[in-house]
Amino acid sequence: MSDEPNKGLQSPLRRQLLMGAAALPLISMLPRPSFGAGPATSVVNTTGLAVTDTEVTVGILHSATGTMAISETGSIQAEKLAIEQINAAGGVLGRKIKFIQEDGASDWPTFAEKAKKLLVNDKVAAIMGCWTSASRKAVLPVVEQYNGMLYYPTFYEGLEQSKNVIYTGQEATQQILAGLNWIAKEKGAKSFFFIGSDYIWPRTSNKIARKHVENVLKGKVVGEEYYALGSTQFNSVINKIKLTKPDVIFTDVVGGSNVAFYKQLKAAGVDLSKQALLTISVTEDEIDGIGGENIAGAYACMKYFQSLDNANNKAFVPAFKKLWGEKTVIGDVTQAGYLGPWLWKLTCEKAGSFDVDKIAAASPGIEFKEAPEGYVRIHENHHLWSKTRVGRAKLDGQFELIFETADLIEPDPFPKGYQ
Amino acid sequence: MTDNRFTNRSELIGILVLAVFLVVILPLCLDVFRLNLVAKYLTYAFVALGLVICWGYGGILSLGQGVFFGLGGYCMAMFLKLEASSVENTKIQSTPGIPDFMDWNQITSLPLFWQPFHSLTFTIAAVILVPGLFALVIGAAMFKRRVGGTYFAIITQAVAAILTILIVGQQGYTGGINGMTDLRTLKGWDIRPDHAKVVLYFFEVGLLFICILIAQFIRHSKLGRILVAMRDQEDRVRFSGYSVANFKIFAFCVGAIFAAIGGAMFALQVGFMSPSFVGIVPSIEMVIYTAVGGRLSILGAVYGTMLVNFAKTSLSESFPELWLFGLGGLFIAVVLAFPNGLAGIWQDHVQPRIDRLISSRKPKSESGWTDNSVADGAPAE
Repeated sequence: MSDEPNKGLQSPLRRQLLMGAAALPLISMLPRPSFGAGPATSVVNTTGLAVTDTEVTVGILHSATGTMAISETGSIQAEKLAIEQINAAGGVLGRKIKFIQEDGASDWPTFAEKAKKLLVNDKVAAIMGCWTSASRKAVLPVVEQYNGMLYYPTFYEGLEQSKNVIYTGQEATQQILAGLNWIAKEKGAKSFFFIGSDYIWPRTSNKIARKHVENVLKGKVVGEEYYALGSTQFNSVINKIKLTKPDVIFTDVVGGSNVAFYKQLKAAGVDLSKQALLTISVTEDEIDGIGGENIAGAYACMKYFQSLDNANNKAFVPAFKKLWGEKTVIGDVTQAGYLGPWLWKLTCEKAGSFDVDKIAAASPGIEFKEAPEGYVRIHENHHLWSKTRVGRAKLDGQFELIFETADLIEPDPFPKGYQ
Repeated sequence: MTDNRFTNRSELIGILVLAVFLVVILPLCLDVFRLNLVAKYLTYAFVALGLVICWGYGGILSLGQGVFFGLGGYCMAMFLKLEASSVENTKIQSTPGIPDFMDWNQITSLPLFWQPFHSLTFTIAAVILVPGLFALVIGAAMFKRRVGGTYFAIITQAVAAILTILIVGQQGYTGGINGMTDLRTLKGWDIRPDHAKVVLYFFEVGLLFICILIAQFIRHSKLGRILVAMRDQEDRVRFSGYSVANFKIFAFCVGAIFAAIGGAMFALQVGFMSPSFVGIVPSIEMVIYTAVGGRLSILGAVYGTMLVNFAKTSLSESFPELWLFGLGGLFIAVVLAFPNGLAGIWQDHVQPRIDRLISSRKPKSESGWTDNSVADGAPAE
């Protein structure tokens, strides 16, 4: 297929493109808008990226296999949906987006290797990818060395800022502080118990939460416990919770451990309609595994819920389900993944170029008014201004929106007083 | 004839072919990116080579070689990380001059056991000695008590699991699950650009051949024959007055040191070290490389490692969602159809034809131990 657009590319690259195209019958089934009416390739691409008169290539780099596949699949789906929609609307600078998907296989060095392949061999104009902090930390030196552009969708711990990365999820202070303020006010909470998975994101998030609880809310942290990734035994910490009777259980347990944690919590007789629990790690995707009946009543604090009631989201959710099936659910990170290609498109159009340096420079101030979460804008520090929302988990696995901040919260990856 | 301590003629030809393949053909045919991938595969070849010695010849199946690969890799990564964490590179941190992950974990000064890793000499010694001594301790504890076979394999798995948990748990000191990323320079020499990768590749190939020669030397020495004898009839060797435990410990230590050298090269080549190379799964994968290559063949181990990793990369590039099935199928096919791996295929199907071609010119001699002709891709003559 599509021989003509590939003309002039060297053969290895061309083979890759064909392989990418073969993996994507979807694009070929779409009604084809005419591409090729954009500005000349020599103008928009001065650094040798994979841009032709009619096409531009981007990379998608997530785990399609391994333990993280269950979480990352949503991001892959969202990014493909966004690319398809952008192509249907005429593409970027008159060019159709073509993507090459690589599998990070839940293995951080593989992420680094594949990122390098996308940048060096395929010369992609941007990479939508990574999920865990570990994979991002592995990829970051690669995108900086080869001057690529990475759109990273996950909420994460902050303490990072790069010219070559746009963080479309929330950094820790953005996600946590408003939620803590709300629960302290709403529930009169003074004592908190922290439970997290043992790696950088929960540890950093809890550090920020602890400083906020102690210094701003004048409350107390009565316990802080960490469990190895994949751990399934939470009985001892549940006993401690019953002993210390905290006003709020604050959790950032990730992945499959959540299933065990909430089931054991329920089995131990902790009633989440009476015991306040605030999680920053459970999205609709995780509830799919946990089961709505095990977590109903818990509060989650993030920027997006599938149930959000706004015009953008009402268009986004059916489009997503139409492409990927009625049963799919859309979590916070999936939505953030959807923002990546759109923000990149808008930035390319503002910069009038695909060149990474120009994209990096043009990114601050880019607004995406059709974002399912409402409205987002890229900050000088390459993070997004976004609202923080609190939702309460319902039996059907969806969240009911309880609270949202009135204004967009400024991203602050290096928060003073929280380090 | 060319028989000597290291090799005989047909083995020499095998080694020369591999040398030409790695030193001339691959660098000419591949771009730097692919060559760097080959370099990454070859770091595992060190492990596979060690496994040939300790599993193929010594009969000690270790399912924990990732431990030694990891120890070697972490030693090298600690040195590189310290160099990358100069005060000016880390001025954004609350404590400049220490590795970034320490800063995230509220550690405010460099821990004592990190200090010596400022020195490259110490690091190189540590790459060899730390895993070597560790293997010595495990080996002495196990083999002196005559723990062997399956029990030993299980214990090595446990060690791999323990070390992973330790590394992940002590993230302030080890970088945790993220590992040590963003390694940049070796004594001021940037290891990231393409030309550095090429230099490192040739350096690594050189090291690999040194290890191959050491393995060949062990195999052809009396020591090698005792190892094989021990593998096949341990009690007879013991009754003959040899200390079986010491020979086993030796083979295990050699395997560990080879793996550690591979790990150190990995840290240099990839600029990265993480606990995902230490645990049970990668350790088993390393055994698979050896099995695919043929556990009795020194050169087979190198080819096996390259083939499996090449399949892994190319399958995952072409079929991001299905590649694991393809890889699994490949393993099953190899194990079912060719129990002696690539070397076995060579042995049974290719070598006889070559022999037939040559035999018109030269009568075939049948010296050497019987094991050898079953054993190797390039049988002794």
